[in-house]
Amino acid sequence: MADFPDVRLHVVSGKGGTGKTTVAAALALALASGGRRVLLLEVEGRQGIAQLFDTPPLPYEERKVATAPGGGDVYALAVDPEEALLDYLHMFYRLSPNGVAARALRRAGAIDFATTIAPGMRDVLLTGKMKEAAVRSKDGRHVYDAVVVDAPPTGRVARFLNISEEVSGLAKVGPIKNQSEGVMAVLRSPQTRVHLVTLLEEMPVQETVDAVAELEAIRLPVGGVVVNMVRTPLLSPAHLAAASAGTLDRSAVSAGLSTAGVKADDALVGVLLAEAADHASRVALEERGRDALAGLQRPSYELPLLAEAVDLGGLYELSTMLREQGMA
Amino acid sequence: MSAPRLDVDHTLDTAQILVCCGSGGVGKTTTAASLALRAAERGRRTVVLTIDPARRLAQSMGLTELDNTPRAVPGVDGSLDAMMLDMKRTFDDIVLAHTEPARAQAIFDNPFYQALSSSFAGTQEYMAMEKLGQLKATGTWDLIVVDTPPTRSALDFLDAPERLTTFLDGRMVRILLAPAKAGGKAYFKVVSAGFGLFTSVLTKIIGGETLTDLSNFVAALETMFGGFRERAQATYDLLKAPGTAFVVVAAPERDALREASYFVERLAQERMPLAGLVVNRVHRTAAAQLSADRARAAAERLDDSGGSELTAGLLRVHADRAGVAVREARLQERFSAAHPTVPVVEVAALAGDVHDLDGLREVGADLAGGKAAAVPA
Repeated sequence: MADFPDVRLHVVSGKGGTGKTTVAAALALALASGGRRVLLLEVEGRQGIAQLFDTPPLPYEERKVATAPGGGDVYALAVDPEEALLDYLHMFYRLSPNGVAARALRRAGAIDFATTIAPGMRDVLLTGKMKEAAVRSKDGRHVYDAVVVDAPPTGRVARFLNISEEVSGLAKVGPIKNQSEGVMAVLRSPQTRVHLVTLLEEMPVQETVDAVAELEAIRLPVGGVVVNMVRTPLLSPAHLAAASAGTLDRSAVSAGLSTAGVKADDALVGVLLAEAADHASRVALEERGRDALAGLQRPSYELPLLAEAVDLGGLYELSTMLREQGMA
Repeated sequence: MSAPRLDVDHTLDTAQILVCCGSGGVGKTTTAASLALRAAERGRRTVVLTIDPARRLAQSMGLTELDNTPRAVPGVDGSLDAMMLDMKRTFDDIVLAHTEPARAQAIFDNPFYQALSSSFAGTQEYMAMEKLGQLKATGTWDLIVVDTPPTRSALDFLDAPERLTTFLDGRMVRILLAPAKAGGKAYFKVVSAGFGLFTSVLTKIIGGETLTDLSNFVAALETMFGGFRERAQATYDLLKAPGTAFVVVAAPERDALREASYFVERLAQERMPLAGLVVNRVHRTAAAQLSADRARAAAERLDDSGGSELTAGLLRVHADRAGVAVREARLQERFSAAHPTVPVVEVAALAGDVHDLDGLREVGADLAGGKAAAVPA
């Protein structure tokens, strides 16, 4: 049984450099497997999803990017604020994107104002699109079984998700108020979870801990913690301790190298011992990170550091691991 | 093919403004702090403006809270000040500087202002540049080092003057200002008469009451518009001026280098002076002659023959590291092939995060090619 059976909107955030786009894509594949339909949304205009799935830049159109194991489709959309605004006007006010009214708005600079200059509007449009995709239905059925969002980084994610709350505080009545309240209602509902991606390094771990507190303070539901790029210790605990202490047996290493057919000069042995000490401090650092994350008491998932940069094959591998660990 | 090397000390000795940009998680704030410390210890009066630094890094520079005033960093062999940007206070200061107190209070009380100045994305970028302009204007420092927010929009300020001008001269603002000029209540009449279809659409979308609030807000800020535009233009000119240098920061990873390319191209487009690229967290091995493949094969031979488990482990540690070093070098070569004239400097990966001055000094020395900061007398 998966850990989030009733969740339809999975928001994936993480500190920059932790691989949140990769994790979001792997999660979308995992959720789609076995014949489900999942939409992967990108909101920061970097076209990271297209790069990951090795497709041309995504147009403003929900387009199939991958088939999941056992059937199931992943669609992707890079949300563009301007298109989202025109969409929204079309949906709620029946303004055709090429009609007179839309043209008037554009000419007056209102579209540009709303999407680039007016701070916050952009996030309103993006979160609105997330909600729309999550609740969209056709013939009494949801169009997507799940929506996965590659969200802004942890430093910004609470502000991003809470934008509608801010806006509904500004508009006391009227359509914007209603729209914002609708978005917040979905984001705060049991249908939504915000997952955080981290590395076992000091700053990403700290940011994850901070983000959980921040999200809880504004009543947004935190889901799991995905620990990415985990490395397996390559030395035994005793050897790791000796490596840090600088007490590894030089002559044993030297003899071992000769046995292995590697020319064992003093310099090489020195380099290997130094590299082992680095490895040991890295392992110790990861352990401290794990301890700090355990304190959050959230479901947690670990993904290994892949030997090569993540490609489509790597994504399938990661998605299988997420399924095996129960995230999807 | 190899890229020209970025002469960090030359940049630190000659620049008046140094802007660090790059995507998140690449060590940008640490780079900015290290560069500033090194410049100070090379004898320049330096200030570093950081945005949201990690707590312990902030503490290492004696910064304990958001504080818009530069403070001397203790323990530096030279003159280094540091500050963390408080974007709300920076915004408040602009309002105070451009309006009489009563009006300023009205602006501070407006809910739109409160949201705009404290919580909306985008404000941070503008306020960082505003603060830069203010620091520069004091003439107190030889060098100002600026850390930018970790997003692509960090470069949005480059468009600011143009956008503001288009916007402020546009119909949108005239429409929002109309009711205030006509005396409040007459909103719908005045506006509808003048702008017909557009206004009715806008009213329908935003709602009459909210539109009135927004209109009041824009009207309250109107006196400052000229000031906004001038400042944006002044900052833009400052960034283009000869004393400014941009440093793009990256890590040797595909995504980070792709973002670095974006920054480099964007700066070139705007003709902003790029000093070069700093690649942080580079893995090196002092035993490159033993390749990853050979080390791994040797480890397997030891496993098979029941040889030293310790040595097999060490060979695997080395194989991983050598493999990473090769991969990182390849990614950097690709970047340099696309941007052959951009000078590059590498900083070695550290086992942990930097959170004291000695750590920053070490990074600084690595940035400068392993030399101590002191200028030979």
